[in-house]
Amino acid sequence: MNVSILGSGLYPFGRHEGVGPIEMGVAAANDALSDAGLGWNDIQFACAGSLEVLQPDTMIKHMGLTGIPFTTLYNGCATGGNLLLTAANAITAGQADVAIAVGMDKHPRGAFSVGDTLESIGLGQWYGETGLALNPQYFAMKTMRYMHDHGISEDCLNRVSVKAFRNGSLNERAWRRKQISEEEIAGSPMVCDPLRKYHFCSPSEGAVAVVLCRADIAARYTTSPVRLRADVFRTRRYGSFETLTPSTPVRSVPGPSVEASREAFEAAGVGPEDIDVMQLQDTEAGHEIMHMAECGFCADGEQEALVRDGETAIEGLMPVNTDGGLLANGEPIGASGLRQVHEVCLQLRGRAGAHQVPGNPRTGFTHVYGFPGVSCVTILTSS
Amino acid sequence: MREQRPVAEGLFTWPSEHPALLGSRCPDCGETTFPVQRGCPACPSQACEEVELGRSGTLWTWTVQHFPPPHPWTGNAREFVPFGVGYIELEDGVRVEARLTENDPSRLRIGMEMELVIETFFQNDEGEEVVTFAFRPVEA
Repeated sequence: MNVSILGSGLYPFGRHEGVGPIEMGVAAANDALSDAGLGWNDIQFACAGSLEVLQPDTMIKHMGLTGIPFTTLYNGCATGGNLLLTAANAITAGQADVAIAVGMDKHPRGAFSVGDTLESIGLGQWYGETGLALNPQYFAMKTMRYMHDHGISEDCLNRVSVKAFRNGSLNERAWRRKQISEEEIAGSPMVCDPLRKYHFCSPSEGAVAVVLCRADIAARYTTSPVRLRADVFRTRRYGSFETLTPSTPVRSVPGPSVEASREAFEAAGVGPEDIDVMQLQDTEAGHEIMHMAECGFCADGEQEALVRDGETAIEGLMPVNTDGGLLANGEPIGASGLRQVHEVCLQLRGRAGAHQVPGNPRTGFTHVYGFPGVSCVTILTSS
Repeated sequence: MREQRPVAEGLFTWPSEHPALLGSRCPDCGETTFPVQRGCPACPSQACEEVELGRSGTLWTWTVQHFPPPHPWTGNAREFVPFGVGYIELEDGVRVEARLTENDPSRLRIGMEMELVIETFFQNDEGEEVVTFAFRPVEA
């Protein structure tokens, strides 16, 4: 792809009493523009995404109304990946040389509700009334089956959380900055077997913005662009086991994360072994484990030893979720995917501070996945 | 005895001495799905036919819901009792998600035999018992 990232900005994820999502989006956008050395007047195409904000493009009354095309989109937990893709597509199509993608959200506390009526997600109201319309149940049941089939232990789940909160403690902009011991995680209340409180991320608040441009003109603006090598979006095929589904066929097929990853590696001309730092959707510890295999970084079951031996830690062979991931940052849905891109940019530019992967990482990977079976994968390189 | 009312029409045969879940079978590709829908999720057919599904199967995966679900769950959060949820693999080639009558993790295991029951899960403002489908372990 002839697209580079010039700069990125983050309004830290967490809880911000009295600060609205639009305000966070504006702050992140200004942060990204200043990182890129550009002003709002230089932006020729914009897109923004959110679950809670109906019209994210209202943010531009705080930035300058310049008449540019501004697209808004929402695509579940894959919104961030889709935003980057939409901005990149505008550049590839020749619609703009410089574009911005902004994700923002501010969720109420507690588990995500599916809304007043299940018709909005194509299901009968009975499904919610009887207590089946909950994502945590799906995360738990997919994890339960995977542990059974591939010999993954509860210790492995606990170690993924230990690693996440350790990385969060090293990241001064993370939400959860306190290390939590394996014993405390193993003793935390059960939410949905086999997943406990500290295995789950929480809905949160925050915003991220990324400024992109045509790769062949990136040198005009910065000495450290990050090149977007692949950005692939996929939806489920029939037979993929997904959340909020009253039935699923016995004959199963790989999920959208598998297809998106495979195609991204092909497009970028690199393999999983070439990736120096990776951000994988860790809605809970079980899915970080499963996504390691779904994205092609190991075979099913190898996670047990990789996690035990610290290979997914910042100093390991395959550092996963170096900024603490969703577990330590929470999930403002619209912004979450772009947080991964922001973190990979920091890593590839050597600016991640205490959570910097040693040895000058050059190739990074981001992956989002969510309801109703959507996944977006990017591959980024330092030149 | 209180009046009983199914949580939704067309989910299972009711009232019935031998209730069965109602699914769809595609006349073109043979795929079975639950609940009833006209369009086939596996092929372009728009003419799926209603069928009664098998009343027993094996537990493919499970969990126990330990916190009161948010809206639109109709249960009483103050008197919340954790409940089991699982996917039951039927011989029809489909795994159906359902409440389980068992909520003790030590008594649930993947692969165990399960059978369909109709259970009361809620009493509505009119005093009716609202019933839904669930699966219970088959006693060995």
